[in-house]
Amino acid sequence: MAPILDVRNLKAHFHTRRGVVRAVDGIGFSLEKGETLGIVGESGSGKSVTQLSILGLLPTPPLKIESGEAFFGGLDLLKASPAELRSVRGNKISMIFQEPMTSLNPYLKIGTQLIEPLTRHRNLTKKEAWAKAVVSLEKVGIADAESAMNSYPHEFSGGMRQRVMIAMALTTDPELLIADEPTTALDVTVQAQILDLLKALQKETGMAIILITHDLGVVAGMSDRVLVMYAGKAFEYGTTEDIFYRSQHPYTSALLRSTPRLDTEVGSLPPIGGSPPDLMRLTGGCPFFERCTVRVNDCKEIFPEVKTFADSHRSYCHLKELPQ
Amino acid sequence: MGLGYLIKRVLTMVPVFFAVVTLVFFTIRFAPGGPFDEERRVPPEILENLNKKYHLDEPLYQQYFRYLGALAHLDLGPSFKHSNRTVNEIIAEAFPISFELGTYALLWALLIGLFAGGMAAFKPNSLFDYIPMSVSIAGICLPTFVIGPLSILLFGLWMEWLPVAGWDEWPSKILPSLTLGFAYAAYVSRLTRGGLMEIRNQDFIRTARAKGLKESTILIKHSLRGGLLPVVSYLGPAFAGLLSGALVTETIFNIPGLGRFFIQSALNRDYTVVMGTALLYFTLIFVCNFIVDVLYVVLDPRVRYE
Ligand SMILES: Nc1ncnc2c1ncn2[C@@H]1O[C@H](COP(=O)(O)OP(=O)(O)OP(=O)(O)O)[C@@H](O)[C@H]1O
Ligand SMILES: [Mg+2]
Repeated sequence: MAPILDVRNLKAHFHTRRGVVRAVDGIGFSLEKGETLGIVGESGSGKSVTQLSILGLLPTPPLKIESGEAFFGGLDLLKASPAELRSVRGNKISMIFQEPMTSLNPYLKIGTQLIEPLTRHRNLTKKEAWAKAVVSLEKVGIADAESAMNSYPHEFSGGMRQRVMIAMALTTDPELLIADEPTTALDVTVQAQILDLLKALQKETGMAIILITHDLGVVAGMSDRVLVMYAGKAFEYGTTEDIFYRSQHPYTSALLRSTPRLDTEVGSLPPIGGSPPDLMRLTGGCPFFERCTVRVNDCKEIFPEVKTFADSHRSYCHLKELPQ
Repeated sequence: MGLGYLIKRVLTMVPVFFAVVTLVFFTIRFAPGGPFDEERRVPPEILENLNKKYHLDEPLYQQYFRYLGALAHLDLGPSFKHSNRTVNEIIAEAFPISFELGTYALLWALLIGLFAGGMAAFKPNSLFDYIPMSVSIAGICLPTFVIGPLSILLFGLWMEWLPVAGWDEWPSKILPSLTLGFAYAAYVSRLTRGGLMEIRNQDFIRTARAKGLKESTILIKHSLRGGLLPVVSYLGPAFAGLLSGALVTETIFNIPGLGRFFIQSALNRDYTVVMGTALLYFTLIFVCNFIVDVLYVVLDPRVRYE
């Protein structure tokens, strides 16, 4: 089966007055219909920029797409015209964001915003779109949908607003939903509700999901595949089992060790020492070099070639074998 | 907030208004000189009669309460210097001219300001941005008594396009209103640019893009309302300022508006005219700001429910 989104060697850099920020530097991944891809990495590793640049949602300049392809159906999103991109966005690919509190327009009623994807892409009248939007709101668990349509965003909590965002993203039955840390800003019980909701909706509609998070626990529960990012690079990519049980990359292992599990005490988690490098001052080597506990001589100067393991399990590390 | 807030604003106005009446009344009375000082050759009996006629012989507190009593009937009293005319008549004659001048100036300010600011926000850091924004700095810095004579020189005397004084046919109204409105246009353009630029970086604009909406829809439907709120809140003080601050322009262009009366009356102690005009200006400032508050409540749903 052909993947619904196939991204290869994406490089997207910010050209700022102070220098070039290599926010995304050679990222590739693909996902099939109905699959969930989890993207993990510390803050600033380029997770959001990767997705936003695929959808053309970042202003250019300062962003410049330096290279790469992102095939969605027959269309390379990175080379598509603004009009072509507009007809995909909010239609076949929807996105929800990290910041539920500010992602809805405070000056417009929820209903007004909710029907926009439908009136824009489905040629529905306002009335038809309104009726459909009410149904979507009910689907995401908003009780009094009709009155919610007539409310303004500030009347809702963060969790409810994120539900509204999800409803809005799903009104057009997209083939792909990009969820950029949809629960980071919410409290824990709400997080679980939202994730369960996404899973249930995926089962129903068969859409693919790209789920960005820095919570490995969430990834384990939700994803079929995982991409581990660090400083704009892809470090490891594989099925969830590959990543969690057969990881071939010291950064992934360190991440896993620092993630709480049911059987560990919180105090005993070893955090990864140091902090990610300044993206403006990257050398040609592996950006994890300084923090890596198993580095070898080559790491400082040369970024490793890809190593492929079973099927699509790929890792970028000089080590022949990871010490267990 | 909402309606309750607006009612509260009106109610709190009453004591403030009284304070203003009292303050202005006594300040101007305690200023040295009096309305009939210049009439040196007036015989003492006549001066006495004049004082009697205008109740200036009464104790001050009595005059004060007499003034309040008349004010309750919206009667601002007789002018001391323009015999046989009441302050109400003077205002009724001169204020419409100032109002017209102020309105045209406000229209200029909006027309020029919104256009220039919108252009600058649409193409930031380009010539479309730099040129209007530099001009606006000049507009804010240069006082009316420089811009007025300059525009008279340029458009009136050198190019001979427009009349340079008076207030009759429409061509005579262009230069004065433009002169008066220019600084305000400069402010409006900066507020427009700032407001729109800030909105462009908001998360909800990114959401609108993610929905595949057209740039024009994003601008009109999603950006203008929030982006122009700063301009809206500036409109109240601006219009009040234009109405009460036209003195210099009216003097330069020789326009018989209220501002000129105000200055003259202050200089020759025409107590009632000064009082009446000051109270009118004060009321206008309040009304303009109140209207903006109402508009704000209409435009920003968050204010309504707070
Ligand atoms: N407009 C910009 N100009 C310059 N650099 C930028 C800009 N936007 C983002 N960056 C940089 O790009 C890098 C990647 O940012 P990105 O938002 O993709 O991180 P992230 O992985 O999503 O992090 P988080 O988990 O905090 O959301 C960061 O180092 C950030 O500082
Ligand atoms: Mg992010």
